[in-house]
Parts: sequence; C-alpha cells; structure tokens
Amino acid sequence: MNEKAKDAVVSVAASLMCVAIGLSVGFMILCCINSENAPDGFFRILQGGFYLKPKGIGSEITQAAPLIMTGLSVAFAFQTGLFNIGVAGQYTVSVFGALYSAIILGLPWYLCLLTAMLCGAIWGAIPGIFKAYLNVNEVITSIMFNWMGLYLVNELLYTGFGGAMYDQRTTRTYKLSGVAPQALIPDAGLNSVFKTSSTTIAIFIAIVIAVVMSVILDQTTFGYELKACGFNRDAARYAGMSEKRNMVLSMMIAGALAGTGAGLYFLSGASEWNPQVATALPVIGFNGIPVALLAMSNPVGIIFSAIFVAHISVGGAYLPTKYFQPEIADLIVAVIIYLCAFTALFKGAMQHLVEKRNAGKEGRPE
Amino acid sequence: MADDFIIEMLNITKEFPGIKANDNVTLQLRRGEIHVLLGENGAGKSTLMSILFGLYQPTSGTIRMNGKEVHINDPNDANDLNIGMVHQHFKLVECFSVLDNIILGVEPAKGLFLEKKEARDRVMALSDKYGLKVDPDALISDITVGMQQRTEILKMLYRDNDVLIFDEPTAVLTPQESGELLKIMKNFAREGKSILFITHKLNEIMEIADRCTILRKGKCIGTVDIRNTTKEALSRMMVGRDVSFSVEKKPAQSGEIVLKVEHMTVPGKVHGKYAVRDLSFQVRHGEIVCIAGVDGNGQSELVQALTGLEKISAGKVIFAGKDITNASIRKKSGAGMSHIPEDRHKHGLVLDYTLEQNMVLQRYREPEFQKAGFVRKRAVRAYSDRLIGLYDVRSGQGSSTIVRSMSGGNQQKAVIAREIDKDPELLVAVQPTRGLDIGAIEHIHSQLVAQRDSGKAVLLVSLEMDEVMDVSDRILVMYEGELVGQFDPGHVTVDELGLYMAGAKRDAVREEY
Amino acid sequence: MILLIKYTLLYAVVLLLVALGGMFSERSGVINIALEGIMTIGGLSGIFALVLLGGTAAAPVRVLLAVLASVVTGMIYSLLLAYSAINLKADQTIGGTALNMLATAVAIVSVKAYNNLSPAGTGAASTKLVYDNAPFIYRIGSVTINIFLIFAIIILVCSSLFLFRTKWGLRLRACGENPQAADAVGVNVYRWRYVGVLISGALGGLGGLAYMVPSVSTWNFEVGVSGAGFLALAVMIFGQWKPYRIAGAAVFFAMFRSLANIADSTALVNLGWSKNIYNMMPFLASMILLAFTSGNSRAPKAEGIPYDKGAR
Repeated sequence: MNEKAKDAVVSVAASLMCVAIGLSVGFMILCCINSENAPDGFFRILQGGFYLKPKGIGSEITQAAPLIMTGLSVAFAFQTGLFNIGVAGQYTVSVFGALYSAIILGLPWYLCLLTAMLCGAIWGAIPGIFKAYLNVNEVITSIMFNWMGLYLVNELLYTGFGGAMYDQRTTRTYKLSGVAPQALIPDAGLNSVFKTSSTTIAIFIAIVIAVVMSVILDQTTFGYELKACGFNRDAARYAGMSEKRNMVLSMMIAGALAGTGAGLYFLSGASEWNPQVATALPVIGFNGIPVALLAMSNPVGIIFSAIFVAHISVGGAYLPTKYFQPEIADLIVAVIIYLCAFTALFKGAMQHLVEKRNAGKEGRPE
Repeated sequence: MADDFIIEMLNITKEFPGIKANDNVTLQLRRGEIHVLLGENGAGKSTLMSILFGLYQPTSGTIRMNGKEVHINDPNDANDLNIGMVHQHFKLVECFSVLDNIILGVEPAKGLFLEKKEARDRVMALSDKYGLKVDPDALISDITVGMQQRTEILKMLYRDNDVLIFDEPTAVLTPQESGELLKIMKNFAREGKSILFITHKLNEIMEIADRCTILRKGKCIGTVDIRNTTKEALSRMMVGRDVSFSVEKKPAQSGEIVLKVEHMTVPGKVHGKYAVRDLSFQVRHGEIVCIAGVDGNGQSELVQALTGLEKISAGKVIFAGKDITNASIRKKSGAGMSHIPEDRHKHGLVLDYTLEQNMVLQRYREPEFQKAGFVRKRAVRAYSDRLIGLYDVRSGQGSSTIVRSMSGGNQQKAVIAREIDKDPELLVAVQPTRGLDIGAIEHIHSQLVAQRDSGKAVLLVSLEMDEVMDVSDRILVMYEGELVGQFDPGHVTVDELGLYMAGAKRDAVREEY
Repeated sequence: MILLIKYTLLYAVVLLLVALGGMFSERSGVINIALEGIMTIGGLSGIFALVLLGGTAAAPVRVLLAVLASVVTGMIYSLLLAYSAINLKADQTIGGTALNMLATAVAIVSVKAYNNLSPAGTGAASTKLVYDNAPFIYRIGSVTINIFLIFAIIILVCSSLFLFRTKWGLRLRACGENPQAADAVGVNVYRWRYVGVLISGALGGLGGLAYMVPSVSTWNFEVGVSGAGFLALAVMIFGQWKPYRIAGAAVFFAMFRSLANIADSTALVNLGWSKNIYNMMPFLASMILLAFTSGNSRAPKAEGIPYDKGAR
C-alpha cells in the first residue's frame, strides 16, 4: 500500500511540474505579445471562471463535463493499449446524433444522450475493426475518420432533412431551448445558482461515469482482460482471451465515452453547431489528450484534470481581446501535452529508482 | 611470447543501477590465442565484451592494447583498433542484402555515390579463402541462420579485424556446423588473429581453447591453461560447487496415449511454404518426449498449432480421447493442456501486471477467482501466495510485485509454477531453461521429471543437446517441418542426432512416433 | 480536363513534398505525425516573410526568402519532435499530436497579434493574412505551373538517389530498420534520426508553403492545413516508403482532392454533390486503399521505437 501511495505522489508531482512549466510558457508568450498587460492577462487565466463569479464558474462546470468524457475516452483507450486520437471525429458524429434525435425525432434528453453515445461507439469501433482485422494502425484510421466525420456531419446538419436543423438567421443549428426543450438536460436549479443558461446536471453524470469506469478497469474481470490485451496482446492470446474482439470493444467504449461528452455539452444547450465555418475539428476532442495524460489515465484523476483544463480555457476567454488572443489558452494546453510526453519519462525514472531499491533486496535483476 | 598481450582489460568494474555486472575483472588476451570466457548466464561475460567493444563504458578499470592504454568510447573506436564482434543476437538489417550489411559503416564510395563492385570482389575473395559461403545479394531475411553468422564473420574480416570476439556462436548451430565453425576459428588463430570466445559448453573449450578465464556473479574466478585442467574443474569454477552432469531419474513408466497428432500441417509465414508438414506422433502418460532440432525448423509452429496460437491447415490432434484440432486456446487449456512458452516475455507474462495477476492469467474466469464479473482479489492473493511459497518464486514485494522488475529466473519460475499447478494432463514446455543459470536449470529439470513420475505427460522442445539427452525418455528430431527420426536417449550419440538435425540423415516417416 | 490537371498538380506537389518528408523521418525510425503542424508553421513563416517584404524586394528574392523561411522554420519546429522522440524517448505519437495542436494555436495567436498591430492587416482579431502569390506562378501556354512543381521534381529525384545510392541513405535506412545493428558498426543512430526528422521538417515546411501560396492569396490560419499533412502520411504508407511510388500515390490522391475544385465547372455538377462530399473523397479513398494494402506493409521495422543505447 505504501508503494501505491508513493506512486501516486510521484504521478501528481510529475503532472504538477508539467502544468507549472506549461503556464510559465504561457506567461512568456503573454509578455512577448504585450508585456505591459501580461501580468493582468496571466492572472485572468489563473483565475479562470472565478474571474467572473458566479457566471464564469457555471461555464467552467459546463465545459468540464464534456472534457471529463473526452479525457476518459483517451484514457480508456490508453489503458487498453490503444491511442484514440479519433475523439474529435467521434465527438462530431455524436453531435449530429444528439441534435438529430432532439430536433428531428423529438426524443427526451436521456434518449438523445443514448443516441449520442451510440454514434460515438460506432465511429470508434471502425478504427478498432481496421486495427484488429486489417492490421491498419488505429492512429491513421482515427485521423481519417475524424475528417470524414466532420464533412459528413457538416453536410447533414446544413442541408440534411431539408435543412430542418439549420437556422438561417444564426447560421448555426437551431437552439434546443427553442425547438426541442424536452431534449435539454435538467439543470436542477444550477442555472439560477450560477446565473447561466447551460449549467446542468451533466457534470454529475460525467463524474458518475468516471467512477464507473474506474471500477470496471480495476475491479472486474472485463477490465482485467482489456488491460492484459493492452499491455501484451500476445500474452492475452496465449491466455485464451480474444484480443481482436477486445480491441474492437475497447475502441467502441472509448468512442461511446467521447460521444457521451458531445451529448452532455450540446444537450445542455451550451453551444450550437456551425456547419459553415466549422472546417476545423472541435478542439475539445484533442483536449481529451492532456486531460488523460495529466491524470496518468486514472479515471478519478481525470475529473480533476478536466476541471483544470476547463479552468484554463475559460480563463483564456476572459483575456482582454484588445491585447491578447483567447487561443493562448489552447497554446498553453498544447505545451502541456508536449511536456506530458516528458513527465511519463520523469515518472518512469522515479519508479526506476524505487524498483532499483527493491531489486537490491531481491538480488540481481536480469 | 608469454607476455605478448594484444588486449588487456585490467580491474574492470561495471555497475548498472542496483547491480555490479563486473567486479574488478581482469582479462589478458595473448596474440594468436583462442581465449575462452566462461561463465553462467548473468555472470557478466556479455557486459565485459560490450565494454571491450565500446557499447558500455566501465565504471572503473583500464583497457590496454599492445601495452598502451586505450579508451573505447563507441564501436567506431573498437573498429579503429581492429576489434570485431559476432554478437549472440546477430546485428544484421533484415531487409538489406548480405553485401550491404557487410559494408554498412565502412561504405566504399566514388564521389557521392556508393561503389559496391570492389567491395563485392573483396567479400567474395574472403569468402573463398575461409570457406565462408554466402550469397552477397540475398536478403538477410531469406537466408539461414548459418549464413547469417557467416555474414557476421565476414563483416569482421572485411574490416581487417585482428581481435575477434565470438559471443556464444554455436548456440544456434547443429553439432556439425559447430564443428566447422571451430575449425574456422582455429584457422584464424593460426593466421595470428586473436580470438575471445564466449561459451558455456565445456566440450568446445576442451577442443580448441588455449586458455580460459572464468567469471562468476560478476567476479573473476581465475584464468587457467586448458592443457592443465579438466571439464570437472572448469565447471566447479564456473558454478562454485560440484555439478551433477546428468539428471537423476527412474526409468519411465509410460501408460495410456494422451496426445495423438496425425498428419499435422501448418502453413508458414512465407506464402506457399509449410512450417510443419504432415507430422504424426504420440505422447503417453508418464513419459517425457523431447522434440530436438536446430532453431527454426518448425518446432515453434508445431507447439503454437498444438496449443491453439496458430491454425492447423490439415491433420488432426486428439487429446485425451477428444478431437481438439482447431479448438480455441481456452478450450485446450481447460481440457488439461499446459504450455510453458518459448518466450516468456512475449507470451508467458504480462510484464506490467503484478505477480498475482499473472498467476491467474488463464484462470481469472473460474468461480474461485471471480464473482459476477468482479475479481475476487483476496482469493487471487491467497492463491498467488501459495504458489510463491510452493515454487520458491522470489520477488521484491511478493504477490504485488510488478513482474517486469523480477529477475529472469524468477519470472520463469512463476510461469512454471502457474502451468504445473494447473495439474495438466500434458505439459508442453518449450526451452524452459533458456537463459537460466545452472541451479535454476537443475530445479526445473527435476520438476519436469516429477511431473512425469506422477503419471502426467510432458512434451519438451529443446535446442540444448545436454537437455535433450539428459531429461527425455524419447527423442524426436525435427528438420524443415518434418520428423526425421526417433531415438532412445540411451542408444544414440550427440553426433548421430546432429546428422539428423542437419538433414544429412533421415529415417522413413513412421506412424508410431 | 486542363483544369483537372492543374489542380491535380497543385495538390500532388504538396502531398509529394510532405510525404517524402515523412518518408525520411520514418526511414530513420521516427514516426512523424506532426507533419500537419510542421506544414502550418512552415507555411505561416513563409507567408509572414512575403507579407513583411511586401513589394519592397524583387520577385525572385521574395520567392527565395519565403521558401527559405518556411524550410528553416519547419526544421526548427521539427527539432521539438526530434528532441522528445530521440533524446527523451517519449511517445512519438503523443509528441506529434501536441505539436499539431501547438502549431494551430501558435498560428492563430501570432496572426491575430500581427493583425492587431499592423495597420496594413485585415482588421483586428482576424486570422487571415493577405499576400501576393504572383511571383510563384508561371504560365506555359494555357497551363499555369508554380515554382514548387520544379522543386518537387528535383527533390523527388534527389531523395531516391540519396536513399538508395549513397552511403548516407544506407545508414539512415539501417537506423530505421535495426538501430542496434547500425550502432554496432559505428553508425550514430541518434544523429541519423535527427537527420531524418530534420529533412522531414524542411520538406514539411516547404510543403506547407506550397499548399497555401499558389492557390489563393489569402489564408485563414484557423483551419491550419485542414488535414493535408495527414493525407500525406497516407500517401507515404500507400507509397510503401519508396520515393517514386510515393509520387504515384500523391498524383492519385491529388486527383481525388481536385474533384472538389472542378466540380462546378464540369459534368460533375449534375451529380449535385456538395463540397463536403468532395472534401471527404480523398480521406475515404485513403481508408479503402489502406484497408486493402495493409497486409503487405513494408514499414521500417524500428519506426516508433525509441532507441536506447544502454538497453541490454
């Protein structure tokens, strides 16, 4: 147990170091752009949602819910030996699923969420199938399906179904509060607490799912099997597990998690899709990567790292646009991912030290 | 003459994190001699040679060449000093031709571009001179292990190396091929080249070596003149105690047929070739059947097909009276077949799992270890603790040790504990003692024999001639995917087996193997 | 038809340059998924060079400086990948993804910052840059070609010669196939992997410029290079890491890509497909091809695996 605690401390220390360096790079960039206002801008990023209480906190919560899900998606795939860079595509396709079942089918919110989850699962399963049965690397497939999903969804939301989902006046999809209020996730009074319009129980759903994922991975034979496949495909096969089926299942679950994220965000009424300008993939899909890395793929840790990334993003939005660009937040996040690649190493070195001491007790390692 | 040392490694110490691989080792190589470096696996032989070859830097100590101190910082320096090495695992680029592999690093060029003609002529001349037959244009991936080794040797000759290091070169060869290699090495020594020969095969040492330096657990035990010593003395120095060269066992009491393989055929990796062809044999209760052969003659594929890792394209496998030809791995395992795989890192263990997680690798679905899909962690822990005690598996934190951090010997013990404790009708063991030291080997051999004596069947695949001769009750020799002979270990010599293993001799294929 | 050739060449040149870059990196053993980001950064710096020079310098000087800027920036940016992948032995895919995200963020922030400052810009907080692309384009009869076509052909021939006819090519390939073997004969694996990644940076940067400059005179950096770098990776895989096969694959993919541009003015307009459908085409084609060709992939054996000299 002592061992585990030590391991946790090392992990958290590595992640915090990563965050600190990322933030200081952000500060340097602020200084480069406008040194006079840099401290003020930096402070706003650090404050995040707390800069504009209580509204900012509300929007931070709204942002955190889908980030928890995309982070879980990446982490789940990591734990089972896969890199799900296709979150953005799964997310996009699920946006369509959620809006379609809300606006066209008029389903209640929980069924809309389910549709989103299913869409993500399908879009995630495809790279899994490609990898398991055709031996195509999941990274390249996921990327291709990101773009295909994006163009497909843009087409469907813009002209699909006689253009029934596209609002000419706002050049976006219709606001759910107007055309499909039954599809909005209940807010349980949160909106009035934070004086916002899209703070719902989505965050609690996300937290519950994170805890469930943690149990599945740590406590069940299903998780044991998936992780074994992730660590060592050959050994899993040797032990009689169906490693191909597990690979597809892993990607499917990862896709479903990403899809749920899209559902939680759009069914909260937090945003509408713009099929005309959205020629770039949703950033939130890629932000799942730092969320997962900072938490070392621990589902419960992801709750906190997602809130942190949401905090930074919301803070970026409060930068005075006269001097600074809100994308500086994205930049900080990107730097953090780059550094995360190092901290895994830093952690490895720390663990090596621990192992070495144990090896010394045992005798001579090979 | 006595003091004409070409290489002196004086008081070399090399520390890796947590371990002293070499501890104050001194090795002096005379010009024109064949000097053996003897030691068990893990005694520090390879580390010492890697230091000489510039792959590692010693923590302390000096290297002298022709009496002058030298610093070998990387293989380039070693090349400049005309030191060459044939590594145990060949360092060849698979998709390059033999010629490209030989010239890599010392490429002849005219202007900007490669000029291979001259190089080819030189390689062919060397090849003729020493009888090292190679096809310079063949890709490494298409040629035999023997030719790959000749390519490695030509690499050294092409670079005009004077000091040649051979790291366990005969491990991958048949007895006859080994004999030829030893002759070639003698030739080199006669021409004035100095040879460092790493091996733990005592017969080879007695045959060609001039002197021998013995390492044990990283320490230098001494250097002896081969003319004044015996095999027994050498092995005592190597292991530190008397070693019984043969395994103690009673005569086999073979019973019912437990495994019957009929005309099994397994397709190979290369299209149109067969890895295993029309193979038939039986294994009975209470006997150890050993499949002998040179590595790469279909033994791995045979076992993988038998255990379900690969598909059988024709033929039948009858196990305990049931046809299990293409049954799933889980079914075969459930029916009482255990498998100690060839590569414990690739197949046998999930290195990043804990020891207890590995102990239930096939059994985690049994009611004993799970309830409604949840792992019964306490039951797993108790089971793992029991196996650890029973089979003396040593590790830092017992059941919760990450397997990656364990020593190779203990990893192998864990695999063996898991497979034997399933109380299998048939134990398929592939090179179960590979890379282990003599103590561990003795232990594992006695366990295989115990399994046999309790009336179970054992199918052993081995590349080590000593193991084949000592442990088995019946020997089947495999060559190019076929069985070419059956022998009683009491009535056959190693040389005779070698002829079969090399394909020089074969018996008519008989059903009752 | 001429239109089809024109657009095909336009895209083929880009895909070829970038895929060749990827080939060098992977042949040396480093998976370069950051090509997308390298293209963005290279294009960004080339265009900044054009914008800053304005009309002050002679046309050839502008071309030369823009190309130089994109190549050098691409190389510098690729150093970030090289350092994490080679020295720190970090996961190459994660590192590459980070660089892709960083590139878009850097591009948007710097273009916005520039437009905020500059009176000549297109207004505050815009992510667009306007530039003059005339010096890059030549007319031969009725066909317009751009200078990058000439670069691409020269680089293609040189790549093949370098890889298969020189000792450097032999060494670079050895590092991607079996770094232990290369190291044992004194080839410095780290150095050659750096060389591979740097070449990919240079070609990726140049490819980014080639993607942005010849076709339009305004670029919106919000979209980066919208997946062109990833398509180049598919081209490289489909081209089996061989220069001339990559060239063939690039032309093939470019044809799909250019259908979108010619749809309005040809018989294709009758199909009534929207731009989105055409945009999907090359990605769909690449997936189908990869599905059928993956079985006999000849990827460098050691790609993606960090080389650890000390590992035993």
